[in-house]
Amino acid sequence: MSSVYDEFNDLPELLIEEVKELSKGLDSNERKKVLKRVREEFEKAKISPGEAIGVITAESFGEPGTQMILRVFHFAGVAEMSLNLGLARLIELFDARKKPSTPLTTIYLKHGYKTDLSKVKIIAALIKETRLKDIADEFSFNLTQFRIEVLLNKKEMRDLKITESQILTTLKDNFKDMDVKGDNGILKIKPKEKDSLSTLYKLKEKLKYVNIKGIKNVGQVTPVKRDNEYVIYCTTDDLKSVFEVEGVDITKTTANSPFVVAELLGIEAARQVLINEAVEVIKNQGLDIDIRHIMFLADVMTNKGIIKGITRTGITSEKESVLARASFETPIKHMVNASLVCEEDKLKSVIENVMLNQPIPLGTGLPGLVAKMKEDSVKRKK
Amino acid sequence: MKYIYKKVGSITFGLLSSEMIRKMAVCKVVTPELYDKEGYPVDGGLMDVRMGVIDPGLVCPTDGKKLRDCPGYFGYIELARPVVHIKYVDVILAILRSFCSECNKILMTEEKLGASKLNKKELMAKLRNIKKCPHCQVKQYTVKIEKPTSFVENDRRLSPIQVKSRFEKISDDDLRKFGIDPQSARPEWMILTDLPVPPVTTRPSITLETGERSEDDLTHKLSDIVRINQRLFENINAGAPEIIVEDLWDLLQYHITTYFDNSISSVPPARHRGGQPLKTLTERIKSKEGRFRHNLAGKRVNFSARTFITPDPRIKFNEVGVPLIVAKELTVPERVTEWNLNYLKKFVENGSEIYPGANYFFSLDGKKKKITEDTKEQILEEFQIGCYIERHLLDGDTVVFNRQPSLHRMSIMCHKVRILPGKSFRLNPSVCNPYNADFDGDEMNLHVPQTEEARAEAEILMEVENHIISPKNGLNVIGTTTDAITGNFLLTKYMKISREEAVDILYSIGISDFSNLKSGKILEGKDVFSAILPKDLSFIGTSKEKHDVIIKNGKLIEGVIDKATIGEDNGTLIRRLHAVYGAEEGIELINKIFRLGVEILLRKGFTSSISDTDLSKDVIMKNKEKLIYVENKVNEIIEEHKTGKLELLPGMDEYGTVETLILRQLNQLRDKIGENVYENVSENNPTIIMARSGAKGNFLNLAQMSAMVGQQAMGEGRINMGYKGRTLSTFKRNSLSPESRGFIKNGYKQGLTPVEFFFHSITGRDSLMDTALRTPKSGYLYRRLANALQDMRIEYDNTLRDASGKIIQFKFGDDGLDVSKTEGGKINVQRIVREVKANV
Repeated sequence: MSSVYDEFNDLPELLIEEVKELSKGLDSNERKKVLKRVREEFEKAKISPGEAIGVITAESFGEPGTQMILRVFHFAGVAEMSLNLGLARLIELFDARKKPSTPLTTIYLKHGYKTDLSKVKIIAALIKETRLKDIADEFSFNLTQFRIEVLLNKKEMRDLKITESQILTTLKDNFKDMDVKGDNGILKIKPKEKDSLSTLYKLKEKLKYVNIKGIKNVGQVTPVKRDNEYVIYCTTDDLKSVFEVEGVDITKTTANSPFVVAELLGIEAARQVLINEAVEVIKNQGLDIDIRHIMFLADVMTNKGIIKGITRTGITSEKESVLARASFETPIKHMVNASLVCEEDKLKSVIENVMLNQPIPLGTGLPGLVAKMKEDSVKRKK
Repeated sequence: MKYIYKKVGSITFGLLSSEMIRKMAVCKVVTPELYDKEGYPVDGGLMDVRMGVIDPGLVCPTDGKKLRDCPGYFGYIELARPVVHIKYVDVILAILRSFCSECNKILMTEEKLGASKLNKKELMAKLRNIKKCPHCQVKQYTVKIEKPTSFVENDRRLSPIQVKSRFEKISDDDLRKFGIDPQSARPEWMILTDLPVPPVTTRPSITLETGERSEDDLTHKLSDIVRINQRLFENINAGAPEIIVEDLWDLLQYHITTYFDNSISSVPPARHRGGQPLKTLTERIKSKEGRFRHNLAGKRVNFSARTFITPDPRIKFNEVGVPLIVAKELTVPERVTEWNLNYLKKFVENGSEIYPGANYFFSLDGKKKKITEDTKEQILEEFQIGCYIERHLLDGDTVVFNRQPSLHRMSIMCHKVRILPGKSFRLNPSVCNPYNADFDGDEMNLHVPQTEEARAEAEILMEVENHIISPKNGLNVIGTTTDAITGNFLLTKYMKISREEAVDILYSIGISDFSNLKSGKILEGKDVFSAILPKDLSFIGTSKEKHDVIIKNGKLIEGVIDKATIGEDNGTLIRRLHAVYGAEEGIELINKIFRLGVEILLRKGFTSSISDTDLSKDVIMKNKEKLIYVENKVNEIIEEHKTGKLELLPGMDEYGTVETLILRQLNQLRDKIGENVYENVSENNPTIIMARSGAKGNFLNLAQMSAMVGQQAMGEGRINMGYKGRTLSTFKRNSLSPESRGFIKNGYKQGLTPVEFFFHSITGRDSLMDTALRTPKSGYLYRRLANALQDMRIEYDNTLRDASGKIIQFKFGDDGLDVSKTEGGKINVQRIVREVKANV
């Protein structure tokens, strides 16, 4: 089936889609006119070769970076979860820190779960970490028997649907060299070898934080309604464990740590996380940076297949030019190392040529001139 | 003008061998003395003239050149005993650990080395733990380092001589296996036997006013080295006891170590007599003030000026007002040709004192002569085709204008010169936004391009009119501001103007063709505005208050002009004019709109005054009622909290719930009072007019001035710090009342109570701190980004690549569009459809 659009398949698909959507009331002649004009403007707006796009992108982040400070935003009232937003978060992302200072996983649910609040709450409870101290009323020493006794809170246990035998098996798994017994609401834990009192005390502290149920180190778990479905926010970056929970929609659930996502879903997904997170910060600050810059930066950070930060150990360390690396940070180190392997700086990038007062290979400095010389002028030179 | 045609192709890094050091040296330094009695540099001293001259008048014996022309030459010091190069200590240690102490072969057999695919670091870690040489079966002891420069093997110290002799026996092949290129870095070169002495020109001495000479830090350090070195020689030759020789040797090692780096943690820094540490080689190179960042990546320039800026709305956007005294100092080189001979002659005749004059003359043989009353006649005789002069700056000259911090490319733009009286640079307030400038004492820099190439680039790439749209987001950074918006708003909203006045106004903004002006005695403001628009302009947009703005065939038919159409950041009409009429004509039109707005206000008058904030008794009563109502509500919440009846908000604890609920109430109060004020203020209130047109301020500002400042927020909540359980000692402990947590119920006009004032100053100081603390953070982020991305460019095949040609993206942003050529990052299909429908 041929249509007017076939002629214009050099345009991006999204643009064609937009034209289709907006030109509904038009006849085919007009539609063609629209498409022609779109193409005209598209061709006009194309980026020119030689454009120093890297610098432009850096400026596009650097300039609003200072604005983020000058315009201080205070969000009063709605704060369902503490989230590291603003400049600090942006720096964290671009540094490629392994652990985000405020991890967050956004959990989407499968059909049959996502609209039913009671089911959502059950899943939330499955995820939320329950430690022994959360369901215990009292931890006490029984010195005559040299053991620790834990008084369990039966009401809490019932609410969380935890049975005593469950606790016993987890404890037995966790403490192989202990004697663990349950006695109707009281747990008795006795070290097999008799030891000093301080070890008993340490044991007590350890016991408090034993994971009974849920995912380890999950703090807050908050279900929130978002356009007709429930979404669960939880403060963890243990995406792997979340994926294993029944009812979680693996195709949509994400974490805010690019590293976790890269490991689980691949580098392309991590790139998308970087983009989404950066967009979120920028939007939150009331700023406007074109998505192309953000995408470009994410590509720079991920195009080696691993996430590289914009630091002296990350992207900058991979530059070919010694002088470019040296001019950034730790110049002596770079020159010493360069001398060992007889490194040659071919002066192909910007900063070395600035140092030597030569034209830089960007913009108007990029094109070279190829000219046929007249023979006699060549001779004269000789 | 001299042109340099040679280009540096590449730079290779490597170590200097002893032979090389001697080969490149022009003299041997043997005495720590610098000058003889007459003050002439001593032969064989550190200031030996063979190493270059720094005194005017002296001639360098090496190349026969004088000061400034002589680049300087290296000398050398022959060390009595070898010494370790501090920067290579880590490498030396690694080699000692990885090579056999007996046969000097790498501690791994050929086969094993070939089989293991280790990187350099892993290889080193592995070799370190090998206890027996696989080649000669000799037991290996782990070499330890005693910081900073001693090596210890099996509790015996290895002298640099021993280390050096071991290194000399290592074969080139083994070095290559270890990842060292023997061509550039034989390991024995890391042990110094000769020390290069840098040219005198790199360590010039300064003559103080008293005639005394003050030597450079490097010279001081080098003379220490020479002194100790000579003593060491003497002692060795005299057969002094080994202990004395060893001590001197260590001292020599110390001096050479600090000569290379004076900020090593395990070495006490060498100091001046005053106690301040010497600045030696590493310090010269390192950090922001070092050679790399201070002198190589950033350079000082001539032909530039700097002074404070003041506004002048009557010059064009792309002009800059330059004071006469600056214009007489900054010059443009212009070559004498057949066609401009007489024109340029006049400049020389005027000399450097009378304004359109010239400061310097360059004769045919390239000699530079200052034009003064005395030299003028002679220069005029020499004046001929092919010479050139440096003439004063003239109206219309191309200059580059800049304000720091230069955060984006709009921070450096090209303007045309307007010579004006006074001492400040003048710029149109509309270009403040891209420069982020204001007039509270800002200074800006001006540069004059000196070659045709530079001028062409400046005009094509850097002109103001080419930077109306930001590459950051595709919105306009240049638009009209403040008075210009207010003026156009008032004009197009309800102003009626007599024809005479309209013509007068239009003429004063530079319009002499009134064919566009509607006929009739009394004209609508919209008609006057239409008179400056081109006849073929059609435009549909929305105003700030979401009404349609329609321009058809150059006539403003409907709507008012305000910030949404002609303002900065998304002024739709500005963008349209720029897109349709191009950079040059576009900026001309924007300029006219700006001038029209200003001119209207000049003629009609516009003042905002204290009475703008007057409220009727009615409103004051209403506000009071609302305040009392909210106060009661808050008290109820607190009461509920105390009695424990409060229902918790989802995901919040008790305290968070109370705070949130109270804050909600107080914010509602502020909004309600803002509404009350807004509803009862006259349409003609100048403050309101400014807010509605988008020129400056908003409704909240007015409400804060006239009625109530409202809650002072810190971070996410109310002010919540100070003494135990309370903010100030006037309040009861654990009071949650609005007034004790930073609520200000007075307006600025009534004045704040001392407590309120205190709270207000808290938030003020907080935001000040925030700015001061985070500016360096964002600055560093920017530096890192710029450094990582600076070589990325669009190639001729439209791919995005880095300097080494690696592809980052196949098309920039997946569609290959330049953001600064789009409308907010998009092709505006909707607009195109609308245009096609309207058949324009």
